Amino acid sequence: MSIRERMSGNEAVAYAIKQINPDVMPAFPITPSTEIPQMVSTFIANGEIDTEFIPVESEHSSMSATMGASAAGARALTATSSCGLAYMWELLYVAASDRLPLVLALVNRALTGPININCDHSDSMGARDAGWIQIYAENNQEAYDNFIQSFRISEHPDVMLPFMACQDGFITSHAVENIELIEDDKVKAFVGEYNPENYLLNADMPMAVGPYATSPFYMETKMNQRLAMKNAKQVILDVATEFEKISGRKYGFFEEYMLDDAEIAIVIMGSAAGTTKDAIDALRAKGIKAGLLKIRVFRPFPGEEIAEALKNVKAVAILDRAESFSACGGPVGSEVKAAMFDAGVNVKAVNYFYGIGGRDYTVESATSVFEDLMKIADGSMEPENFKYVGLRK
Amino acid sequence: MAFNFKEVMNKPERLAPGHRMCAGCGGTIVARTVLRALKPEDKAVIGNATGCMEVSTFMYPYTAWEDSYMHNAFENAGATLSGIETAYNALKKKGKVTENYKFITFGGDGGTYDIGFQSLSGAMERNHDMVYVCYDNGAYMNTGIQRSSATPMYADTTTTPVGSASNGKMQNRKDLASIIASHDVPYVAQTTLIGTMKDLYEKAEKAIYTPGAAFLNVMAPCPRGWRYDTPDIMKICKLAVETCYWPLFEVVEGKWILNYEPKKKLPIEDFLRPQGRFAHLFKPGNEELLAQYQAEVDRRWEDLLFKCSR
Amino acid sequence: MAQATDITKIHEQSPYGDLTPGNQIYGGGGAKMFNTGEWRTQTPVIDWDKCTHCLLCTPVCPDSSIPVKDGKREDFDYDHCKGCGICERVCSFGAITMKEGM
Repeated sequence: MSIRERMSGNEAVAYAIKQINPDVMPAFPITPSTEIPQMVSTFIANGEIDTEFIPVESEHSSMSATMGASAAGARALTATSSCGLAYMWELLYVAASDRLPLVLALVNRALTGPININCDHSDSMGARDAGWIQIYAENNQEAYDNFIQSFRISEHPDVMLPFMACQDGFITSHAVENIELIEDDKVKAFVGEYNPENYLLNADMPMAVGPYATSPFYMETKMNQRLAMKNAKQVILDVATEFEKISGRKYGFFEEYMLDDAEIAIVIMGSAAGTTKDAIDALRAKGIKAGLLKIRVFRPFPGEEIAEALKNVKAVAILDRAESFSACGGPVGSEVKAAMFDAGVNVKAVNYFYGIGGRDYTVESATSVFEDLMKIADGSMEPENFKYVGLRK
Repeated sequence: MAFNFKEVMNKPERLAPGHRMCAGCGGTIVARTVLRALKPEDKAVIGNATGCMEVSTFMYPYTAWEDSYMHNAFENAGATLSGIETAYNALKKKGKVTENYKFITFGGDGGTYDIGFQSLSGAMERNHDMVYVCYDNGAYMNTGIQRSSATPMYADTTTTPVGSASNGKMQNRKDLASIIASHDVPYVAQTTLIGTMKDLYEKAEKAIYTPGAAFLNVMAPCPRGWRYDTPDIMKICKLAVETCYWPLFEVVEGKWILNYEPKKKLPIEDFLRPQGRFAHLFKPGNEELLAQYQAEVDRRWEDLLFKCSR
Repeated sequence: MAQATDITKIHEQSPYGDLTPGNQIYGGGGAKMFNTGEWRTQTPVIDWDKCTHCLLCTPVCPDSSIPVKDGKREDFDYDHCKGCGICERVCSFGAITMKEGM
């Protein structure tokens, strides 16, 4: 029987770490992810897990040490937010290029400039091209479930890529919700032992990692990384299928909510999906066919599948929780639109920004977007791209 | 353990030839000697900061290292090795690794004194059981001889060029061995290439087999950057020691120990003259610069003698 | 069981599928297969009549190209010696001379 509990998102991730009992965790505190290393340290202090914690002097070193531990053959992870992720920047690329399986619990927070501790996705969106798998959670349950699945995906021999398990800072990380936990023995059996074929501490076969690769090798190396990311798509689905067997909860690349017959739809990631669902329920009660596509897996990007799911709507709004300052759209908007173009899906699409730096995204916010979409769908309003939802004018 | 040169030379070579370091490179001599200090039955994982040594010893697909090796980036060799060492502790505890492993990382002065300083400081303060070896050639040689905080005063580098309005680098070099000693790690030593390499070998052995963090600062001349006659490397190192420019010392559990005191301290000119990077100091009218140089060498030497007399 | 990488199969014409994942190399010391002896402009030559096997030349070689066996030095590893000339300078017995060319 699963365990019914009440937990914050950070507690849920820390609990997952406790159940996985990884070998090494280097970490450096940064709001709002700080609680995760604190809780893990407490588990260690109380003899509840075997994990070796490294209290490093910076996030740069937490990523470096996590990479070293992974290359050495250990199951390793770290946690961070915002500027901590930005400080790891250079190494994110190296971790992916070196094909090091490891997990980063990211609690999404706005990047500084100006300093702000609240949620947006500018941190992880900045790392979207680093070669990491990125999976986003809507709520504490998903933060927990995604984390339990993370090592299986990252360590799969066809993948061997670092994994970023994202949840929204404060909104899920600090809010306490009901949660269903899986029994320890089931988690243990699901995650399994980590026994890599090659690792630095293999006494029978030394290993060299991190070469200088000249141009005759560099492009081929990137191709191999791309293939690994492509392989991750099937592995993510396979792991989700197995996970459903122990949890009863179903996961895919994205969740569709009332999308089947929807005429207007919002595409969104993270906690704001829950708010959007409330708005949809109210609109549906009035007979308005609104729906939602909540992206769970952003890397690898399930472009074909998203385009297919959106092909029958009349108008779609893609909501980005991060600016990209291209002056023509945000990261999720650009990629969803490109995917629809490639698939020949010609749906009227607008790309809005919301929730930047922790700006509230309410049911009213979602409803206002759907109201725009209704007008765009019936032709009474020209699509106006790149609006900020909730901006004071 | 008494130093038996022939026995030491009989030990297996752990840095293979075929690497692309320059002919006459001092850094490679340092690496060979340090690795020789490992017990042949012990395994090792070698770390490396980006620099000449890294791009030359692991050019895909050729690794010169007989042991496991990891290069991560320029500025994080300390942290990377601390992750590997911690993984070893975790896996040993679980019985997944049974052999004895030692952890040694190499960095140039750029990766050690400067960009990797924070990562090194963190790893030392946490007292991981590892050795960090700085092969100090006193500039960023890999990118083409730019000044570092290890560059000696008045050296001509490509970012402190000598010109009509410049006498080269204006600042003194940072005393990194002393800074690391202030981390209260169990073992710190400074040395260079001398004779049979006894001093470097013995210090490497102590550093590797002292539990906890250890730091070796090894002066490793770069013929390209220093502009001396390449075959003269051993002479240059000897002059550095005999002029007291590069004293040989150890800091063992906080206790400063002077390993060598020249019977007759040579003038600093003897060390500077064979090097093209100091040629401008020997032009007429620059006598005052040489006098200043000597005064700084004397001041640091006296300071060291004081530390070692306590 | 981990296999050593066959680095002869990884070269500048290799298709991407022949590269190792993450450019990792399994097995140590593969650089021996790369010949740096071609770099030489001067070549050390040993006079065995003068050599006393004091071994002072061995540790100063940056290219591990003066092998030692049973306490005695062997001939230079000309596949890798770059001809830097350090060994000639440290030899107290005049047993090593540098000759022009390869």
